[in-house]
Amino acid sequence: MLPNLPRASLLDFCRRMLLIRHFEEALVDLYNKGHFRGHYHLYIGQEATGVAALSCLRADDYLFSTHRNHGHLLARGAEPKRLLAEILGRADGYNKGKGGTFHTAVASLGFLHTSGVVAGIIPLAIGTAYASKALKNGRVTACLFGDGALEEGAAPEAFNLASLWKLPVLFLCENNGKYGAGQAVGAAQSSSMAAHPLTDLPQAYKIPSQQVDGVDAGAVHQVILDAIKKIRQGEGPQFIETQTVRWPGSETNWPTVPVPTDVALAWDVNSVPEKVREWYRSSDPLLIFVRELVEAEQVTREEIAALERKAKEVIAEAVSFALASPYPKPEEALKDLSA
Amino acid sequence: MRELAYYEAKFEALRELLEVDERVHLIGGTFLSLSPRKAVFQEIAKRYPDRVISPPISELGFCGLATGAAMAGLRPIVDLSTGSFIFEAWPQVVNEAANAFYMSGGQTRAPVVFHLFHGIRGGGAAQHSHSPQAMLWNCPGLEIVLPSSPRDVKGLLKTAVRSDNPTIFVDHVQLLEIRGPVPEKDEVIPFGVADVKRLGSDVTVKVVDPRTLVPLDFAMILASVEKTQRAIIVDETHQSCGVAAEIAARIAEEGFDRLKVPLRRVATLDVPVPYSPPLEEFISPSESRITDAIRATLR
Repeated sequence: MLPNLPRASLLDFCRRMLLIRHFEEALVDLYNKGHFRGHYHLYIGQEATGVAALSCLRADDYLFSTHRNHGHLLARGAEPKRLLAEILGRADGYNKGKGGTFHTAVASLGFLHTSGVVAGIIPLAIGTAYASKALKNGRVTACLFGDGALEEGAAPEAFNLASLWKLPVLFLCENNGKYGAGQAVGAAQSSSMAAHPLTDLPQAYKIPSQQVDGVDAGAVHQVILDAIKKIRQGEGPQFIETQTVRWPGSETNWPTVPVPTDVALAWDVNSVPEKVREWYRSSDPLLIFVRELVEAEQVTREEIAALERKAKEVIAEAVSFALASPYPKPEEALKDLSA
Repeated sequence: MRELAYYEAKFEALRELLEVDERVHLIGGTFLSLSPRKAVFQEIAKRYPDRVISPPISELGFCGLATGAAMAGLRPIVDLSTGSFIFEAWPQVVNEAANAFYMSGGQTRAPVVFHLFHGIRGGGAAQHSHSPQAMLWNCPGLEIVLPSSPRDVKGLLKTAVRSDNPTIFVDHVQLLEIRGPVPEKDEVIPFGVADVKRLGSDVTVKVVDPRTLVPLDFAMILASVEKTQRAIIVDETHQSCGVAAEIAARIAEEGFDRLKVPLRRVATLDVPVPYSPPLEEFISPSESRITDAIRATLR
């Protein structure tokens, strides 16, 4: 369902989701052409979660993300060109080329530190929450991680501390393996956890926890809005598990784009290879959102197509910018060792 | 100058830090390990109940918490107590805190202090006697402080808390009761400045205390080698790839031609620390091993 928001906000959601999708698809192309190296992870399939959830935060709130951070940063308003420059290891990247895809931090947007260790940020996030509580500044910390993070000991240790000390933190666990990669529908989560459902784990530490369909922007928006309100009222941490179906392009070792996204797919998926067609028909949060917008007569198909053209232009400019940005000077490697 | 016990000087620094700066929080143990001087801690804990915090036994969790709190504007001191316990927190210390400033391209500071009691404390056996500072020295991004006198512990703790970088404060329980002069005024001892603890001439021994490993005042070490033409490096980390090994390598690289005789290391022997007193004594950088090394060097 659509979030209960004015038209301008809905269009803004749509714009951000399109930006994320086309950014990530462009990234695969850049990788395939040899413009950067190393493993990387995409946010395709989770756009509704990131955009809807982050819209509930205040400008001065803190956020922590992981290896799958591109979508979070773009949802929060990071510049695609500087994010892309960072991933390409260029001097104009947010981290001057020292972080790359795993560690892009944008402190001005509240992303202080992005860790490539799946649960690495969870203790850090309760730390900014601890500071906010001590300094009484009303800031909330949003800690964004995947289902795999729950398998590391850092998660339960941090849950215990956050719950004991009633810290103002939102644990947003994006479970992108609703049906489990390569497994029978409903048989298993993508994570290897004995705890099932995953919310059992935070609930053992008395953290209010709930699950929500991560493909449904309206549902995510409602649940997160409610959770943030409780956190800001001093009720302590909240845990939300969003469930999405893994994008078929990340089933392989290295991301591949089964079909370049075009909003027209929202109404006709026949051009999509049969093997992945069902995902684009029923699990793609962007296409679902677009379809709902048009059905609700908030926007016409033509207007949506224009929004998509605009997003593609922004991404094309970002690609040109990043490719033109110089590599850092080698001596830069020795800077920023100590503050 | 007045004399204080080491633990008194250390708590004077802590008290002054808590007094003048509301951002300072102490998270963890008593700052005293198993010392019976608990009253001095209890007085502070009572005075600052919101800033002297006793967490659950979750080193990974609370070291990360303190690092995150530092990123968001606090100046936390984490007391891990026994140095070996830092292994429980290793990912947060060496992979998050140490990397934060660098990998964010200079955007994010993590001014947190990790305090620990390292080394052979007497009966600690293998799992409570580590000196992890050499391993930590292998993780760029951390400052490492190693005080040895009442005056130094006070002045260096002040600097550690005021530093904008994550700092490992490596303390030793065997120092807590030693006494020495401590100025009444607020003295801040800068990092990277070694101290000559004993001047030497002819057949006496000059003792150079680096006080901080990161940054290291190698210039003073080299000047001393120049003067005495000899070097014995005494340190409590294990010998291989230890603190003494690194200092020896630097002397060999930059001061080889100034040495009259080969340099020597007196470090903890490369075995887990054993429990029984004569075994523990045998592997320690003990007085007898130090005097043996001096005699061998003068031969």
